Amino acid sequence: MKTTPEKYKNMVEQSSPNSPLLKNMAKAFVSGGLVCVLGELLAMLYARLGASDELVRMLVPVTLIGLTVLLTAIGVYDKIAKHAGAGTIVPITGFANSVASPAMEFQSEGRILGTGANIFKLAGPVLVYGGGAAVLYGVIYWLFAR
Amino acid sequence: MAERIGLDTITLQSRPRIAAFAAVGGKLEAGGLLAGKLARIFDDDTMGQDSWEKAEAQLQQAAAESVLHRAGLSAKEIDLHFAGDLLGQCSASMFGSRGLGMPFVGIYGACSTMALSLALAAITVESGAAQTALASTSSHFCSAEKQFRQPLEYGGQRPPTAQWTATAAGACLLRGGNVNDDTGTPQITQICLGRVTDLGVKDANNMGAAMAPAAASTVGSFLRDTQTIPGDYDLILTGDLGSVGSDLLRQLLLRDWGVDLSDRHNDCGMMLYSQEQPNEINAGASGCGCSAAVLCGDILPRMAAGELRRVLFIATGALLSSVSPFQGESIPSIAHAVLIESGK
Repeated sequence: MKTTPEKYKNMVEQSSPNSPLLKNMAKAFVSGGLVCVLGELLAMLYARLGASDELVRMLVPVTLIGLTVLLTAIGVYDKIAKHAGAGTIVPITGFANSVASPAMEFQSEGRILGTGANIFKLAGPVLVYGGGAAVLYGVIYWLFAR
Repeated sequence: MAERIGLDTITLQSRPRIAAFAAVGGKLEAGGLLAGKLARIFDDDTMGQDSWEKAEAQLQQAAAESVLHRAGLSAKEIDLHFAGDLLGQCSASMFGSRGLGMPFVGIYGACSTMALSLALAAITVESGAAQTALASTSSHFCSAEKQFRQPLEYGGQRPPTAQWTATAAGACLLRGGNVNDDTGTPQITQICLGRVTDLGVKDANNMGAAMAPAAASTVGSFLRDTQTIPGDYDLILTGDLGSVGSDLLRQLLLRDWGVDLSDRHNDCGMMLYSQEQPNEINAGASGCGCSAAVLCGDILPRMAAGELRRVLFIATGALLSSVSPFQGESIPSIAHAVLIESGK
């Protein structure tokens, strides 16, 4: 009897090793925590240098973004991220990398139709639905919570 | 003349000879099984080019030039060149062949391209339509990632079922046969072109699972048509199923065909890299260049030396596009088999 797609699905599940979930989660927890610690240290540094609270809130993410883009450009970020997993994807570092990496990859197709057209290839959905969600939230807020 | 036997198999009575063969590859590919066996090693992934696509075209061209050099022939003496790769419109093959000026046939069979190009070249030589035919294919890790997955510098994790696209190319030169050749030159004696098979696998990070049913179908059909058993071959060599796909192939052949591959089977995807190599190989190597480089860099030289005499080479291809997975399609696959025998 020929193997059916249903039966084969079971066979594939049996034969395919699972991702090491516990190990991945532990690494993500530690690395994500380290990104936050770095953010806190930066906040303390900027405060000590005399920046206002509002300015600190802007400087910290900008620094993390700048650092991520630099590490992406010199080919180090992906080597960290393959261990860190969600620990570097979830914070703003993940977003910065998802913009910087296609910008680099599509340079060979030119500044406009390469980098320009593809820079939001990965981050595009976040921008569309993040912006969409913000508008929806704003409307609900305007209707009920004013 | 070629003769059909059974349902799917073709016997080539003139036994087209694989008169020369060569594999080229990147630094990583030069570090495992193929250490010291590549005709040319590219230390830099860009191959001195300004895009990954051009780099892969370089690979393809280097493989073709190496095989011509080894055969002592110029491009003008080649009647037909069959080549393909993974990129859209087979562009690495096209650009790689541009400077060589051979009559060119671009083919697409995803990672089954080495077997497909060998089969087509052998049939052409058998028919007399060509005296000399070149079969080649390539893949490049970076161009494949760019087209099918994420940008190179994107920071993500690969699941353990994922495979690593080989940066490599292989080429074979086929010449009209000599039935009584006992010099050890590998000869193509039978061919089985596979059918598109799909058991519904949708996970593009588990290509081995997607391709195993196609490999099982082609191996099963070939053994049925030729009334042979795995024990009749020195090696049954699949293309790039990796560890997951190889395991599934053995299960499927036993369930559906009552065939036990046991110790006769090996897979190029599990052979190319060694465990000590530093990158994320996971389930094994993949890409057109994987089976091409293992065949041309390791298996054919061993056949010419008389170490292996009868090798059934089955290259497997996952026929997905960069669009179809997003439209909810599963991954159709194909496998083509070529029986290579050496007279020594």
